[in-house]
Amino acid sequence: MELFTPEVGLIFWMFVAFAIVFLILYKWGWPLIIKGVEGRADLIDKGVEYAQNAKEQLEHAREQSEQYMAEARKQQAEMLREADKMKSQIIEEARREAQQEARKVMDQARLSIEQERKEAQQQFRNEVSTFALDIAQKVVRDQLSDQKAQARLVDSLLDEMEKQN
Amino acid sequence: MIKRLLILMIAFLAAGSASLQASEAAPADSAKAINPKEIIFEHLGDGYGWEVPFSHEKRIPLPVIVFGKDGGIHCFSSSRVAHGATYTDGDATFKIGGHDSKYKGKLVEIVDGEEFRPLDFSITKNVAGIFITAILVVLCVLSVARWHARMGHKAPRKGVGLMETAITFIYDSAIKPVLKEKSMKFAPYLLTVFFFILFMNLLGLIVIFPGGANLTGNIAVTLTLAVLTFLVTNIFGTKHYWKEVFWPDVPVWLKFPLPIMPVIEIFGVFTKPAALTVRLFANMMGGHMIVLVLTLLIFIFAPMGAFALGLSSVISVMFSVFMILIDVLVSCIQAYVFMMLSCMFISFAQEEGHESHPKHETVTVPDTK
Repeated sequence: MELFTPEVGLIFWMFVAFAIVFLILYKWGWPLIIKGVEGRADLIDKGVEYAQNAKEQLEHAREQSEQYMAEARKQQAEMLREADKMKSQIIEEARREAQQEARKVMDQARLSIEQERKEAQQQFRNEVSTFALDIAQKVVRDQLSDQKAQARLVDSLLDEMEKQN
Repeated sequence: MIKRLLILMIAFLAAGSASLQASEAAPADSAKAINPKEIIFEHLGDGYGWEVPFSHEKRIPLPVIVFGKDGGIHCFSSSRVAHGATYTDGDATFKIGGHDSKYKGKLVEIVDGEEFRPLDFSITKNVAGIFITAILVVLCVLSVARWHARMGHKAPRKGVGLMETAITFIYDSAIKPVLKEKSMKFAPYLLTVFFFILFMNLLGLIVIFPGGANLTGNIAVTLTLAVLTFLVTNIFGTKHYWKEVFWPDVPVWLKFPLPIMPVIEIFGVFTKPAALTVRLFANMMGGHMIVLVLTLLIFIFAPMGAFALGLSSVISVMFSVFMILIDVLVSCIQAYVFMMLSCMFISFAQEEGHESHPKHETVTVPDTK
């Protein structure tokens, strides 16, 4: 039965040894280890998450870059087309404008020519009327002196007129 | 495999017959019959010296510390009282109790021809074993702690890695799921208990010097541990826990006027540490005893002839090896079970009233043996 009767000395030493081990490990052992292990687990978790995120982002970026490229290409083509269109449009417009301008200039020229012609006609008419009046004056003046002389005068006036023209 | 075993068996038989011839040459020796019970209890029990291999006489001497009847402290080496010698230190005379003594194998003080058991605080074989265990536990755990302090978040390898794996296994798979947010408060105690028991169990399986002390197969050791768990459980118990003990949530007639349930609950408070004590003690002592009995079978069968000796040698060695291997497993399991049960008892005492919880009377813990 000695196996079932606990010895006081052994209980005492067991308690002392266990208490010392517990206190040492409570102070310098377990908290440090648990904190360390959990810190490492967090670090690994974070690393995995980071890597996953990075991978996702990379894929996303690649996709996006491809999309951008495609878009850019499309835009480029559109721009080229537009530029082409604009070019022809500009040329067309320029031509039209030039034509218009030319027409305007010609119209103006025509107008001024017409005016000048009219003015000249008017002047000519005025001049002709003046000449005619002069001639008529002279004829009327000569008529009074001599028949022959009148005729001569008329002739000479006509000559003059002819010369003038 | 079988062929190899057969060869082994034949070799043993040959050796057996050789030894038989030797014993026939000296028949006087065989009359000194062995006493298996005494040998078993000597190996299971404590001692004032530590056995060394290949010698029945020599012991590693250990210090004896006793408070004698005369009121003084006496310290002396256990070699002075070895082999039934008496030792007189001042006024007090000491010897180790003989076979016919009431205190067989224990140190006694002789006063007027009567044997008295003094208050004995000797560093016996078991106490020395506890100290060796304590040093090993501290060294192993602090090696992991030092790694974390010095190496930061680098992964440890080899021994440190093994220890860390064991620690995280216990903490993450046993303590955390049960104690939840309170695990940091009780983890130091539970982890210390686990590793202390584990190291004691495994050291007990090693037959030569640093091991060989049947520590967890000693009821004083398991009792101390169980009382510690009892104290931790009840000192840190919540109000709700005490209310559940003295005024449990059952129909009134079960607790008034006859306090049936409170009595059962109070009984339960004390049966828990008792169960812890006996479970660990009986499991480990049983394992040691089986191995000892199996080994002794060889010597019991030896006088029956060469064939019996050879056969019993082969069989008992095979079974001993098997049992030792089982004991390695049991060492780990029992350390885990003790820690797990402590953890559960503590968690029961940590329950708060407002949350719904399973009735802990219904929680059954599978016994391993």
